[in-house]
Amino acid sequence: MFRSIVMKRMFGVALLLTLLAAPARAALDPSLLAGFAGDFQGRMAAIEALGVAGGDDARRVLDALEAGRLGVIGGRAVIVDGDTVRDAASGEALDQGAGDVELVTLNNRVRRTLANARAALALTSADRAERLGAAITLGDNPNETLLPVFDRALAAETDEEIRGILARAAARIKLASPDALTRLRAVRALGESSDPAVKNLLEGLLQKRDGNWVEAHPEVRTAAKLAIDDIEGRIAIAEGVGTVFSGLSLGSILLLAALGLAITYGVMGVINMAHGELLMVGAYATFLVQGLFRSYLPAYLDWYVAAAIPVAFLSAALVGVAMERLVLRHLYGRPLESLLATWGLSLVLIQAARVIFGPQNLELANPSWMSGGAELAAGVVLPYNRIVIIGFAVFVLVLIWLMMQKTRLGMFVRAVTQNRPMAGCVGVPTARVDTLAFAIGSGVAGLGGLALSQIANVGPAMGTGYIVDAFMVVVLGGVGQLAGAVWAALGLGIFAKFLEGWAGAVIAKILVLVFIIVFIQKRPQGIFALKGRFSDS
Amino acid sequence: MRTPFTIRLIQSTPKSGWLAIAIFATLTLVCVPLAHLALPESNPLHLSAYTVSLLGKILCYMVVAVAMDLIWGYAGILSLGHGLFFALGGYAFGMYLMRQIGRDGSYGADLPDFMVFLDWKALPWYWAGSDSLLWALFLVVALPGIVAFVFGWFAFRSRIKGVYFSIITQALTYAAMLLFFRNETGFGGNNGFTDFKRIVGHDITSPEMRVTLFALSAALLIACLVLGRYLVSSRFGRVLAAIRDAESRVMFIGYNPLHYKLFIWTLSAVLCGLAGALYVPQVGIINPSEMSPANSIEIAVWVAVGGRGTLVGAVLGAGIVNLAKSFFTVTVPEYWPFFLGFLFIAVTLYLPDGVVGLWRSLRERRATAAASDAAAAPVPAPRAAASGPDPVAVSKGATA
Amino acid sequence: MIDLTQLDRAESAAVAQAALLANEQREQWESEATTSHLVKSGELDLSHNVILYLDDITVSFDGFRALNKLSLTIDAGELRCIIGPNGAGKTTMMDVITGKTRPDSGKAFFGQTIDLTRLTEPEIAHAGIGRKFQKPTIFERLSAFENLELAMKADKRVRRTLFASLFDEERDRIAGVLKQIRLTAEADRPAGLLSHGQKQWLEIGMLLMQEPRLLLLDEPVAGMTDDETERTAELFVSLAGKHSLMVVEHDMAFVEALGGKVTVLCEGSVLAEGDLASVQADSRVIEVYLGR
Repeated sequence: MFRSIVMKRMFGVALLLTLLAAPARAALDPSLLAGFAGDFQGRMAAIEALGVAGGDDARRVLDALEAGRLGVIGGRAVIVDGDTVRDAASGEALDQGAGDVELVTLNNRVRRTLANARAALALTSADRAERLGAAITLGDNPNETLLPVFDRALAAETDEEIRGILARAAARIKLASPDALTRLRAVRALGESSDPAVKNLLEGLLQKRDGNWVEAHPEVRTAAKLAIDDIEGRIAIAEGVGTVFSGLSLGSILLLAALGLAITYGVMGVINMAHGELLMVGAYATFLVQGLFRSYLPAYLDWYVAAAIPVAFLSAALVGVAMERLVLRHLYGRPLESLLATWGLSLVLIQAARVIFGPQNLELANPSWMSGGAELAAGVVLPYNRIVIIGFAVFVLVLIWLMMQKTRLGMFVRAVTQNRPMAGCVGVPTARVDTLAFAIGSGVAGLGGLALSQIANVGPAMGTGYIVDAFMVVVLGGVGQLAGAVWAALGLGIFAKFLEGWAGAVIAKILVLVFIIVFIQKRPQGIFALKGRFSDS
Repeated sequence: MRTPFTIRLIQSTPKSGWLAIAIFATLTLVCVPLAHLALPESNPLHLSAYTVSLLGKILCYMVVAVAMDLIWGYAGILSLGHGLFFALGGYAFGMYLMRQIGRDGSYGADLPDFMVFLDWKALPWYWAGSDSLLWALFLVVALPGIVAFVFGWFAFRSRIKGVYFSIITQALTYAAMLLFFRNETGFGGNNGFTDFKRIVGHDITSPEMRVTLFALSAALLIACLVLGRYLVSSRFGRVLAAIRDAESRVMFIGYNPLHYKLFIWTLSAVLCGLAGALYVPQVGIINPSEMSPANSIEIAVWVAVGGRGTLVGAVLGAGIVNLAKSFFTVTVPEYWPFFLGFLFIAVTLYLPDGVVGLWRSLRERRATAAASDAAAAPVPAPRAAASGPDPVAVSKGATA
Repeated sequence: MIDLTQLDRAESAAVAQAALLANEQREQWESEATTSHLVKSGELDLSHNVILYLDDITVSFDGFRALNKLSLTIDAGELRCIIGPNGAGKTTMMDVITGKTRPDSGKAFFGQTIDLTRLTEPEIAHAGIGRKFQKPTIFERLSAFENLELAMKADKRVRRTLFASLFDEERDRIAGVLKQIRLTAEADRPAGLLSHGQKQWLEIGMLLMQEPRLLLLDEPVAGMTDDETERTAELFVSLAGKHSLMVVEHDMAFVEALGGKVTVLCEGSVLAEGDLASVQADSRVIEVYLGR
């Protein structure tokens, strides 16, 4: 409220300055202004005419009217400018006293017309936000007289969103046209849209009001039906794409969380319940890097995320190695105890974060190149940060794959995963492999935390929700199966998002759990499990 | 000759055990009620309402610990979802307590306050019969029992074991918690049930009611211990131990592990439910946070601290940890998570058999040092799974 | 790829026998379809003096054929030895018989009426098939006595087990088996503390307690001393007749001591069958064992 008042004031001052700077510039046809001397009808006609005419002078007059400074002296429209009285059409100063001017009064209808006219003028503004606001105002109550304004604005407009609003408003006007052909054309043009609002508009035509069709002509109604189908199809596709996309981005986070878990679980047979807290470590590391950039390298703030990648990886890896060395190593072959001990670790880590960083959630700013999004269709925006995260997950996945397949360490890790005693017998340093694998798995979790920090809040308990989901991915994918983890993570992400859209987040969570339990009935070893005599103990 | 069942039931608990139970029963069923009801507040031996409720609460936790020990300590199945069964029992009884409020709620309506708040006009179908104590008691047993049975049937049938099973139980309780957080679920959402007024018409805050609930909890604990002792010393208990050692062998000699696991699992859940039902009127509230995974995993730590595979250990563990918790949360609340976390780690690393194991090894050491009264053989209780590998997940290892 | 001319007599005899059996069994099946109401299902029917039929069993793991159209029969009371190189499918065959692995195709019948492919492991155990694993699997935390008690033939449903207690005669029986397997002195020690050979014996003892009709023994004398091996052979020979035994073994001396018919498995199917001497003389068996 306050802000808008201030804006108006400033706008008024600016207007005053322009008027003072160019006092003598006659452009308006005085006949346009004749209506102001008449009744409300006349005033409305004059306002509309000014709106359609456009131009700076028309705006000047309308602004004066809005400000209550437009008046009439002897049938002539004038603007009161302080003590000076100027001719409204030409802007010339007249030698008449301000006291003689009969100010033009407004009622609500006139005010509405005035708002429309001013919006029509604003459509040609250079400022996108102003044009958008104007288009929305006009779109709310389109008026036949504004049709030329719309057409003119449409011809010049390049912004998709504004174009959409304008085109819809124009079509609505045309839909009210007495000429059936005009209406038919308008309906067909609207069928090109993929906007739910247009669909609602067209559906309005197919209703009956007081026993009569809103749209009288049957052919137009048929066209409207077809157009609605088209739009619905496009909306469904767009929504589907949107859901798949958000599923993919959820899946990417799950994948980053699960990749690390799959490695540590595969190698040591231990579920690290503190794995979620390694995500948290990565996220807080990102937060710290952001803070450092803000203080010391503000010019490069946009690139703090890139700098945070090694930091998040290393800090989480360090915590992971400490866990492995101090606790897990001593619990080898006791998976259930390891579960409890790592849960204890997670309690300690969460509380430590709470003590160090405070219990509140921190919000990290996306770098500018990650904000915003690509608009797929009306209402379906693919945010850049999520696109980046999907790409990042793919990048990490490729790195892990290369490490597992092409390096000696990867070979050792695979060997220990498959048969630890045998690997030990042929000289694989299993203890070192454990530590390194744990470091890498934890580091990847840290990267997951970095990714998560870009789309969610960072807080001490942020990781707790992910451990179960990540473990489900490992279960579904099959232990030690990279490909399985990928399919499971993406599948689970997309499945969950579709269910969410259909049944809500909570029910979706429960359904996913039920699905996994049923799935394990059928394939206890996961999607990509090894079958055979090694598969059971 | 075959010994009659009742005699075997009595024999399954050793004499020292019965002595301990007798002492415990005197304390809880006689001393505590008298100390609360008969002694004036000025008397130093008087127990305050707070203390009685706290002790009653801990008794309920002890029952849960025993139930957990049956499934984890003896059958080797670590459940991280026992809080769910506890809460289900609590909610089942809580429904009855909510109906007992009658029109004394803040809206003065027939419906519980939270339903009025949600603008509901009638009770949902699943609240039918909730004003009957008998039905409530039936639900207390049936609800956790059925949930455990159905879940267990699916899980055990697909031979989900070890950490797999643990994590899935955790997911189960997590999902249930989310479900109960929803207002539409019809159990009071976030706030759960509270502001109870009475049980079978008697004021719930009266000292008599408090003492009755306390004594019931104690009796339940004693019953659990005797029953548990019988179970673990019977052939059934040996089959459980056998399943833990070599499940496939058990199958090849003709036992169906599914049925055995399912039985002990469901029984354990029902015991938790009963404990939950007694817990709710004593603490005066039940809400979905009881189902949080953290609560469930804490139960495992009680048992681990006391000593898995011994019933007395479970009881001790629940007592020790919860007294420590009461102490910490009153004096230095911010250090409780650290303490609990390090407790988790320290117990698993250094005390695999818990306090009972520590005590035993100390006694053994003393016995070997003295080397005199070696004849005093301790009660042969199955040892905890500290040394042998637990049944690992399905896909590990080889039999070939 | 099999050159038919190279099939020797034993092989063709086996093939013929298998074909005959398949025929016989089909007839049996067909007659069963009409008279099944006469045969009490679940009861072992030895009317054809055959206790185990395996017909055309195939099991594959991810493309690898562990069993390839395996056909085999064991007569009631027979003591059969199964030999074969590593990976011949011996353990998988036992898995199929005991219900651990489901065959992709083929039939497995216990007696005339009990379809093994439809039963679970405990049901098969109940029907009367006992199994001893390659690696001794006993219940390490239980005493030897308790191991035997659990194995004892009894109603093994939960309800019964909950209230079960030992009769005196059952106690005597366990004591008898303990004596037979020479573990009387160790009866109350945790089984995990026994030596490897003693564990093998304990497992055999558990099999005896089960009173199965058919015993499957996977390398029962591995890790035993010569003396123990000898006693095992004696025990098995004494069991044959009343029980049927299928023994998988690599130790040829042991196989020889057992006597009985020998079946050679190779790459998932029967390579040769006959007494030990004739099998050992078989050129293809020699080839398989000594390399190609």
